[in-house]
Amino acid sequence: MWNYIARRLLLSIIVLWAVSTLVFCMMRFLPGDPVAVMLQTSGGSAERIAILRHQLGLDQPAYVQYARFLSGAIHGDLGRSLFTGRPVLEMILEQFSATVQLAAASMVLGLVVGLFLGILSALHEGSWVDNLCMVLAATGVSVPHFWLGLMLIFTFSLRLGWLPATGQGGIQRLIMPATVLGLTLAATVARLTRSSLMEVMQQEYITTARAKGLRERMVVSRHALKNALIPVVTIVGLEFGWLLGGAVVTETVFSRAGLGRLAVQAVLWKDFPLVQGTVLFAAIFYVSINLGVDILYAFLDPRISTQ
Amino acid sequence: MTVKVRPTAFPGQEVGARPQSLRMIAFYRFLRNRVAMIGLAFLVFTIACAILAPAIAPYDPVKMYPTKTLNAPSLEHWLGTDLYGRDVFSRIVFGSRLSLQMGLISVSIGVSVGGVLGLLAGYSGSMIDEMTMRLMDVMLAFPGILLALTIIAFLGPGLTNAMIAVGISSVPLFCRMVRGCVLSAKEDVYVEAAKSIGCGTLRVVFRHILPNVIAPVIVLATLAVGWAILTGASLSFLGLGAQPPTPEWGTILSEGRDYLRVAPWITTFPGLAITVLVIAVNVMGDGLRVALDPRMKV
Repeated sequence: MWNYIARRLLLSIIVLWAVSTLVFCMMRFLPGDPVAVMLQTSGGSAERIAILRHQLGLDQPAYVQYARFLSGAIHGDLGRSLFTGRPVLEMILEQFSATVQLAAASMVLGLVVGLFLGILSALHEGSWVDNLCMVLAATGVSVPHFWLGLMLIFTFSLRLGWLPATGQGGIQRLIMPATVLGLTLAATVARLTRSSLMEVMQQEYITTARAKGLRERMVVSRHALKNALIPVVTIVGLEFGWLLGGAVVTETVFSRAGLGRLAVQAVLWKDFPLVQGTVLFAAIFYVSINLGVDILYAFLDPRISTQ
Repeated sequence: MTVKVRPTAFPGQEVGARPQSLRMIAFYRFLRNRVAMIGLAFLVFTIACAILAPAIAPYDPVKMYPTKTLNAPSLEHWLGTDLYGRDVFSRIVFGSRLSLQMGLISVSIGVSVGGVLGLLAGYSGSMIDEMTMRLMDVMLAFPGILLALTIIAFLGPGLTNAMIAVGISSVPLFCRMVRGCVLSAKEDVYVEAAKSIGCGTLRVVFRHILPNVIAPVIVLATLAVGWAILTGASLSFLGLGAQPPTPEWGTILSEGRDYLRVAPWITTFPGLAITVLVIAVNVMGDGLRVALDPRMKV
């Protein structure tokens, strides 16, 4: 078990190093000069550009910049934003809590709705209830987040005036964004729960439980659900990490602060320290969650650690 | 003396009936799936609209009519006009070309690059397999749309760059799928037989293994088209994909966002078009999965 954990940890560290190197290389080979772009509105002479490039360390050889970037990243210094001049990590941490809040709310909503639909569908296999649930699930993964968000804003903010359209702070401002993100998760959880529960209900121990005279509700809740939810637990962990990246569009639609919106702005500004810092931070979080899920799954199913 | 041999039947087949190939069985299974057929019909309809766009669209999709800005749907403009007086229906019809291009080109990149990497990794084994899978792990470490975003930061905004970004983002998906299929296929007897008669590596991989892994790749590719259309539209909505005045559906939605209160039709109809097209592609992909192998989990 400990060998398995050590192997996964080492692999995660290597993957993160590779991610940081890949992002660094891509940013350094960006077409165009971000310093020239920064100074174009205030008028940048060649001399001013050269001075600013020196101040930002951009005139150093690529390997020196890489060594400095890697050393800084290990010590928690992701550089400074080319446009705001503020430390990148500080800008990220300001936005991160908002993204985590949105991801957590979406996760709760998605799980509640997804489990309900999945269990209902599995227990009424082949009926109109099953078909309706699966149609809802298929719609959930097909609807564009940005369109759903705008339709919710139009209906509940502009027409009915029930909920605020944009911004953050308070549960009211979290409902619509969490619904948008949670819907896709609910669709995935519903389909997975349905197929997993249907498979478990075919097992012999379920037949034994019924033969003992247990009521169907007891059979499902006490015996079937526990085993049916193991794959769902796995996917929930992975989906939480995905929500960080999936929140990009939702944060933009609802004008919420967040990591995704920060990444989009960084790309539009060609602010490459901010792009690489944001992407690296999201990747660290995502890889850490994956590692946690893998370790948890190994405890739940010890056969995994021997593979 | 003539000996007549009584024809034997396969299980479930009538004696004397013409034996059906696996392809025909899959084809008829797909035809019997009504939901998948509806999805296919809508996809064909969308392709027809895209091809016949100049004949179907009543107006030029980029020409501005300053006197007709933000007009509600009417007989003259079936889906209304936008902030520059452009006909929304015409823009949606021409936009279908770009959405279909996004789906097909992105997935083609993913299938070709990911498929070849998966074939090589799965068949070669050892170091090549390890390095390829670690590269895929690195790409999969970028959550959600962030990988495509990072590639766009490198290439710059634009429809072509968005297609490349979405295509590269789908490479790990196809690589892993193909590798998994090749790993199990290469242990089969027919591969050993091919090697034993002197077939080279390329012949074994492309002539013998590839036809046996093509079915799950087709299913995954079909499902990935829907994902690619959604992701491409999202990038355009964020201002990183197609640029105005290109009538891409995500771009139209982005332009209509600031006029949601006074002109909701600008955002409603393109979004509806994206949703219905993606649903159609997804149900068709599900139908293909059931037809080709009901046990297959994609």
